[in-house]
Amino acid sequence: MPFSTLSDIQSRLDAGQTTAVAVAKTYLDRIAAFNGDLNAFVDIDPAHVLEQAEASDAYRAKHGARALEGLPIAVKDIFCTQDGPTRCCSNILKDFHAPYDAHVITRLKEAGAVLVGKTNMDEFAMGSSTETSAFGPCRNPWDLERIPGGSSGGSASAVAAALAPAALGTDTGGSIRQPASVCGITGLKPTYGRVSRRGIIAFASSLDQAGPMARTVKDAAMIAAAISGHDSMDSTSVPDAPAVDWLGACDKTDMKGLRIGKPKEYFVDGMDAGVRAAIDAALAECAALGAEIVDISLPHTDAAVAAYYVIAPSEASANLSRYDAVRFGHRCENPEDLLDMYTRSRDEGFGAEVKRRILTGTFALSSGYYDAYYIKAQQVRTLIRQDFIDAFEQVDVIATPTSPITAFKLGEKTDDPLTMYLSDIFTIAINLAGLPGMSQPCGFVEGLPVGLQWIAPAWREDLILNAASAYEAATDWVKTPINFGGEA
Amino acid sequence: MDIDVRKVAMLSRIRLTDDEAAELGPQLSNIIGYVEQLSAVNTDGVEPIAHPHDIAMPQRVDAVTNSNRRDALQASAPKTESGLYVVPKVIE
Repeated sequence: MPFSTLSDIQSRLDAGQTTAVAVAKTYLDRIAAFNGDLNAFVDIDPAHVLEQAEASDAYRAKHGARALEGLPIAVKDIFCTQDGPTRCCSNILKDFHAPYDAHVITRLKEAGAVLVGKTNMDEFAMGSSTETSAFGPCRNPWDLERIPGGSSGGSASAVAAALAPAALGTDTGGSIRQPASVCGITGLKPTYGRVSRRGIIAFASSLDQAGPMARTVKDAAMIAAAISGHDSMDSTSVPDAPAVDWLGACDKTDMKGLRIGKPKEYFVDGMDAGVRAAIDAALAECAALGAEIVDISLPHTDAAVAAYYVIAPSEASANLSRYDAVRFGHRCENPEDLLDMYTRSRDEGFGAEVKRRILTGTFALSSGYYDAYYIKAQQVRTLIRQDFIDAFEQVDVIATPTSPITAFKLGEKTDDPLTMYLSDIFTIAINLAGLPGMSQPCGFVEGLPVGLQWIAPAWREDLILNAASAYEAATDWVKTPINFGGEA
Repeated sequence: MDIDVRKVAMLSRIRLTDDEAAELGPQLSNIIGYVEQLSAVNTDGVEPIAHPHDIAMPQRVDAVTNSNRRDALQASAPKTESGLYVVPKVIE
């Protein structure tokens, strides 16, 4: 049971073979047994989980099942929930309780899901390893000495170890896809504007997007279906976004006629040879399923990380100015005056990586530097977006490695922020262009999972789900870590 | 590039201890040094974008749609009194 897919659990609930309460208990027991090793959850309230499960069973008995009835879903600590704390894994929010639910949380509740705790993350989603969390690092169930990726590392670790069958993450520069990749699960970042950002603690507003992290493509699609759609209270939620048949798109078992672009800039020197071999094998499998592999170029790829590390910190420096110790958040003891209160509270509340990003953004936006950095980065963003528009004239989807390497060791990259920033080299451009992207498992190198990334034109998540479903049906890379009760 | 990290920190309203300034200063210079590669990209005549899609911000009807939730919204505030936020004295 613990390693069941969401859709299997749903079938058994629908057939009356189990109950939401029994399902919830299974995962609560696993959390109690394994979270000490993983630190995937930073808040869990078993009594509240069981209450939701009981309410779900009662709802099913009276009205029938909703789309996610009784299914346990973990959520990243970045989503505002009225129940329990919402801390974004930062000391500055250590006492914060959200006065409202994020739109996606409301959607999950309306679909009958049982929300299971808050998952660990890099502080304010700034990181690629879940090591900057104020609640201590999270670990990778495939090797406890290694990072689970980030920033949605807690969600990835929890799903990979079956402490929950699925989870929500957010992705600003790869924070769903990269942890999904290194933990061997499936993660989808929808098109920017597909999912409401209301109630998701803001990092970089023009890049942030929430999405599902799950064991299979269909499980991810089930959650995407529930959380997508226009929200009039988020001005960046797109009102007339083309609809997707989320579940129907997962029925595909071949790739006949599909043109897959293979961008040369994503197969670079310095990437792990094992990762490259796994991706090459995956593309060979796609060809065997009927796809045509087309060599393409995305010529501005090299500039993506630099553009991102101007744009994202700039937006972050503005977004995080709200932590002023007045309306919410940590306030220092005995402030001498207003300035002392601001500066000392923010020094005490923010961790080192968050400070680095705020300082970087403040510098890029400051007088005399704004044109050279911020405007320049936004122009490069236009070029990066145009690269994809041009490429999609030739191909239907693009396939790349999600990450050039497998999970690295804890502490390996914490000394040099720039090295850490380069872990997202293959995911960042997709956020800058606002496109949908997915990572799915496609092999192992020395026992560590490798992820295959799919990229599609804006609003064409269906093309990603078609390709990923066919690949998943033809292969057997959705594995379970043996130390957590899996069959290896 | 040599960056005055204390000046940037003050603009950011973050106090830095001497140790923090000594660590963050060179790191900030490294990061800015890295992003300077953008200057090599030819962007002549390229429009900057602040958002991935070419769409206008939607407007809603200019009407009050929320209720008074002052107590709930102030529950997480560090210090309030009579429904007001309390801060150190601003004017002598």
